[in-house]
Amino acid sequence: MANNNEKSAIILAGMHKWYGDFHVLRDINLEVKKGEIIVVCGPSGSGKSTMIRCINRLEEHQRGQIFVDGIELTNDIKKIDEVRREVGMCFQHFNLFPHLTIMENCTLAPIWVRGIPKKEAEETAMHFLEKVKIPDQAFKYPGQLSGGQQQRVAIARSLCMKPRTILFDEPTSALDPEMIKEVLDVMIELAEEGMTMICVTHEMGFARKVADRVLFMDAGQIVEENTPAEFFDHPQNERTQLFLSQILH
Amino acid sequence: MSTTKKYPIGMHPALPPPSGSVGPVRWMRDNLFSSVSNTVLTVMGLYLIYIIVPPFVEWAFIDSVVLGADSRKECLKIMGDDRGACWSFVYKRWGQFVYGFYPVEERWRVNLAFLLVAATVAVVLVERLRANKALMIGALLLPVICFFLITGGLFGLVDIPTNKMGGILLTMIVGLTGIFVSLPISIMLALSRISKLPIFSILATIFIEFIRGVPLITLLFIASTLLSYFLPPGSNFDLLLRVLIMVTLFSAAYIAEVIRGGLAAIPVGQYEAADALGLSYWQSMRLIILPQALKISIPGIVGSFIGLFKDTTLVVIIGLLDPLGIGMAAISTTEWSGLGTELYVFIGMFFFIFCFSMSRYSLHLEKKLHTGH
Ligand SMILES: Nc1ncnc2c1ncn2[C@@H]1O[C@H](COP(=O)(O)OP(=O)(O)O)[C@@H](O)[C@H]1O
Ligand SMILES: [Mg+2]
Repeated sequence: MANNNEKSAIILAGMHKWYGDFHVLRDINLEVKKGEIIVVCGPSGSGKSTMIRCINRLEEHQRGQIFVDGIELTNDIKKIDEVRREVGMCFQHFNLFPHLTIMENCTLAPIWVRGIPKKEAEETAMHFLEKVKIPDQAFKYPGQLSGGQQQRVAIARSLCMKPRTILFDEPTSALDPEMIKEVLDVMIELAEEGMTMICVTHEMGFARKVADRVLFMDAGQIVEENTPAEFFDHPQNERTQLFLSQILH
Repeated sequence: MSTTKKYPIGMHPALPPPSGSVGPVRWMRDNLFSSVSNTVLTVMGLYLIYIIVPPFVEWAFIDSVVLGADSRKECLKIMGDDRGACWSFVYKRWGQFVYGFYPVEERWRVNLAFLLVAATVAVVLVERLRANKALMIGALLLPVICFFLITGGLFGLVDIPTNKMGGILLTMIVGLTGIFVSLPISIMLALSRISKLPIFSILATIFIEFIRGVPLITLLFIASTLLSYFLPPGSNFDLLLRVLIMVTLFSAAYIAEVIRGGLAAIPVGQYEAADALGLSYWQSMRLIILPQALKISIPGIVGSFIGLFKDTTLVVIIGLLDPLGIGMAAISTTEWSGLGTELYVFIGMFFFIFCFSMSRYSLHLEKKLHTGH
């Protein structure tokens, strides 16, 4: 395992997690190479969010190992901070900071965590806000933006930290249908630029288009793992087949 | 119907509202006379105002006496048949009401301190305070400057013992110290109470529940009497300082609970987003969580401040003379006895002005900090 650390962005090795008595993640093994796009799907409650939240230590795993950019996640706060600096995250409900403007949302972490001068952080923020196509909203507050715009700001906010990996937890499932595309377009662009991404999503069009691998999770386990074409056209496991028949009707 | 013009689909312009749907007459119809019961209540309200306000204004302002009387008897003589308020004792004892027994020749120091505080308040109200370092340092230095100005002992200023301080000066010392010192303490208490580390949360909980379970008067008695038993004999622990500590701790415990409520209202997503960006605990508290939690808590915090400000009158019980104490001393003299009503109205107005201003400012602050969500 250790000799793979150099090429791998993320390694989960024999990872388990419990919430109290509830065994939520069971023997998760996953290796994500740099620049790889992984799509994770599966029924609600199967542990998808929990798994990706372990990767930046929003949740603690109890057995097995997690390596991010070669750094093993343990109780060591320094290591955790180091990992969080390199891994961005976008949430289902955006979690923008409502008391700060879009610009402040984007510059806060670069200034305070990376120690970048304010001016430079603002230039970087503007660059990424242009990239997600909302530079004109920079001085508004999150509450004044639509859901799709907020999620794009959330992506820009992650990008401002210049992460090597971004984790997406159902970034489009809280959005009105007409806004999903604008967010997916940004994600596709990121994927094409070589960002390492793990996306929990049920947007199968997105998965087919950019994913290198699709994982199917059920009851805390990775049940099936394949290229998008194989995964959608020839699902092996019957639980995968059932799930796909439900969402692709 | 017939006057409504037809526009092509999608081309309907914004039109002014029909007449009678806006304006003061409409407002009165909607808010004061919208139904029979509403109209009855409005009429009753107007009647109440009519029977209370004019006689009060007459008593307090029109028929009242301020100057030219040295006792209640002289007041009555001046007023003749139109019995109004006799404010003369307030006028005669104005110095005591404001400064307590602060030496007359040193009162300029108190005036200067009041002026500095007023100037700071003015700056805050005008809102030019945009994260300006000089102003921040000034604001932090202000209490220190005021402390030395009022107590003396530095720069050749004569030492003034705290038992000379009374009246509005005392109210301000206790009220403002309580407000400014209790806020940071209460934030720390609230954070400790919700801390994952049991030692912090248990200690904070015990402290908060103890203080909240005991009346302020009891704490003040503890400050004035009981503490002497615990202190080494012969040590001279200033009474005013003890009172300040008790009042501050008392208000900190209450405000801590208000802030805890504010903290509980912040969605976990905010903590997670802060963590995911790599902010440390203190950074996420200071930059993300507390600004939002304190904003939600403003009404409660200001409510506690108002309570604290009014509770300063309780120091009378342990022998400190705030304006109420000064006034009670005044009306227990033979010249001014029988002026209870005047005294309580005067003290009431004094506190009302300060508390109402705080309340209005809190509303204004809430509006200003609202970012639309
Ligand atoms: N903080 C928690 N405490 C206890 N159980 C939890 C907690 N978070 C999630 N769970 C449970 O863990 C399981 C997996 O949750 P989650 O990872 O959110 O699923 P998914 O994202 O796949 O819908 C669910 O059964 C959920 O009820
Ligand atoms: Mg989930």
